[in-house]
Amino acid sequence: MPVEKMNLVQAINACLAQEMERDPNILLMGEDVGVDGGVFRVTDGLQAKFGPERVVDSPLAESGIAGTAIGMAAYGMRPVIEMQFDGFAYFALHQLVLHAAKMRNRTRGRITVPLVVRAPFGGGIRALELHCEPIEISFINTPGIKVVCPSNPYDAKGLLASALQEKDPVLFLEPKRLYRAFKDDVPTERFTVPIGEAKIAREGKDVTIISYGAMTRTCLNTADNIKSEIDCEVVDLRTLSPLDEKTILDSAKKTGRVVVVHEAPKSGGFGGELAALIAEKALMNLQAPIQRVTAPDVPVPLAKLEEFYIPDEFRISRAIRNAMHF
Amino acid sequence: MPIKTSAEFKIEYMQILDESGNVDASLDPKLSNDALLEIYRQMLLARTFDRKCMNLQRQGRMFTYIPVEGQEACQIGSCFALEKSDWIVPAFRETAAYIARGMPIKTLSYYWMGSEKGNSAPKDVNAFPVSIPVGSQMLHAVGIGWAAKLKKHRTIALTFFGDGATSEGDFYEAINFAGVFKAQMIFLCQNNGWAISIPRSKQTATQTLAQKGIAAGIYSLQVDGMDVLAVYKATKDAAERARKGEGATLIECLTYRLGPHSTSDDPKKYRNQEEADSWKKKDPVDRFKLYLQKKGIWNEALEQKLQADADALVENGIKEAEGDNVPKLEDMFDYVYAEMPLVLKEQYEELKQIENEKKAAGE
Ligand SMILES: Cc1ncc(C[n+]2csc(CCOP(=O)(O)OP(=O)(O)O)c2C)c(N)n1
Ligand SMILES: [Mg+2]
Repeated sequence: MPVEKMNLVQAINACLAQEMERDPNILLMGEDVGVDGGVFRVTDGLQAKFGPERVVDSPLAESGIAGTAIGMAAYGMRPVIEMQFDGFAYFALHQLVLHAAKMRNRTRGRITVPLVVRAPFGGGIRALELHCEPIEISFINTPGIKVVCPSNPYDAKGLLASALQEKDPVLFLEPKRLYRAFKDDVPTERFTVPIGEAKIAREGKDVTIISYGAMTRTCLNTADNIKSEIDCEVVDLRTLSPLDEKTILDSAKKTGRVVVVHEAPKSGGFGGELAALIAEKALMNLQAPIQRVTAPDVPVPLAKLEEFYIPDEFRISRAIRNAMHF
Repeated sequence: MPIKTSAEFKIEYMQILDESGNVDASLDPKLSNDALLEIYRQMLLARTFDRKCMNLQRQGRMFTYIPVEGQEACQIGSCFALEKSDWIVPAFRETAAYIARGMPIKTLSYYWMGSEKGNSAPKDVNAFPVSIPVGSQMLHAVGIGWAAKLKKHRTIALTFFGDGATSEGDFYEAINFAGVFKAQMIFLCQNNGWAISIPRSKQTATQTLAQKGIAAGIYSLQVDGMDVLAVYKATKDAAERARKGEGATLIECLTYRLGPHSTSDDPKKYRNQEEADSWKKKDPVDRFKLYLQKKGIWNEALEQKLQADADALVENGIKEAEGDNVPKLEDMFDYVYAEMPLVLKEQYEELKQIENEKKAAGE
């Protein structure tokens, strides 16, 4: 397949354009996604190409966006809605959690909601207050909606293509720190990356690091920098719900030492779930306590304190050593 | 049976100062010369600080900044009609309102420099913190105005929000609660024509935003938002009504943001320069200056003095903020709860330990 160098923004944009060509029922909706092309320019040029009926600048109302998209999806369209920043998805929480996620189950399959919710996700860009809220756990803990979080342009294009053929609602979290951070070789033609499959982003034998989104990059860099000392395997979850237990457990059993890393606070965070899973199903293979590297249990601080909040290589390598030398 | 009219409504529009600085004598709130000059002083200070922030952001000394230029009359005119014990509940573009309420330049600078100290108003400034989630803050003002009524205080609350914010569900809930409970408060809508790239015409199909207040049963009107006297008078009247127990008012100010939405925005993508230029002719500061000049209480020497004072206040405030703005780990843990739970204390100590290790490792 021919490839092109694309960053995350370009890969998502290319995927949306391709999918809209393929399926006339796909419609994009959100605040500033049309004329402006999105505040991160992810939907740039799409309104010019597909017109204002398919790339819709909506009124400023997340609950309105999500709620009407539910009706549209039930009526045979495929809305892709944008929450302008992760924190504002909370304004749509009742629509997504109480309606989108439960419709299939409540109607015994009579009505379904094939809806994709895109949201720039996570910190690291010194953004304004409340523009970097770790929202994933609210949705991971909501049965009926799938949660996807790519860590690179290639996976983003493939996963979004899959999401647009899903039968269930999908929350698609786009690590905003990676939007323009680097480029990948990404096939220009359509391809898919299956939802529900984690990836071994780096093979190693000593310690398993499990992460997702922007933190995967930090973990990969850490693994590279520590490789003469410790040989790390990095599991990139890619889909947070439903979870690929097998890839996680196989790696944990192989190395016997596990570090989980995420930006969200520790208590009640996804790291706890991952640790519990491994403790339940692979305890006897472990040679050290599972290490969690997360934000502390505090509100996301303003930009000046971001570096204290988000796990960095120093903290991750420290946890790797703790696991290794237990 | 003939069809009857069940109810009829109208929306009034008020302007007191026209674009050439002429005043409508029948509506003139007749402020003293001192009061007029104080309003002008605040306007100059707000504009000076605002422009300074845009510059500091470009130099990397502030993070994202949200400019207020063009909307000074809405914020300073309304705050001037409030009493010290009243509360303001702003959105995110209310730098001029904070200045009018006496928020120190230093504190405002902290906020845009990304420091936790920036959201904490001094004890004698009754102002809620910046509210980033659009439309969510109005309900708090309703709550304050409702509580004040229950306690039989004369305090009122005034909340600021934009045209875009009127699309959020929280706005409709706020005007509805205010109507039902006759809360002692004021909705001060700054309709600047745009919500980032979305024009007001795409935000709602109604003719005015003010009529939404009528739908909730509260008194509503439109004013020229580039006319500081009109905003002042509308707010003063609304405050009086609220204090008398006659309930809330919605004031829709027709205004314009002369700059970008924020320092990360490029308005050229969605609006044309002619529109911005035509609004620049209505500039609230220029217009008010013209009025003061016609009134004979403004001259070039006064202008220079006021500008020099504003410059000094801004420079000092920024210098103070920059001089004491090294982020500390504990800033993140302070004030999460009234008392720090043990689990948090342990997390703090672990991170502190890591900080020390980092330092030892020369990082
Ligand atoms: C709930 C929510 N959604 C989206 C945003 C992003 N955002 C910030 S300001 C803004 C536009 C606000 O428009 P308006 O209410 O007219 O106020 P203005 O910016 O014109 O002062 C948007 C969409 C946000 N901060 N909060
Ligand atoms: Mg606006």
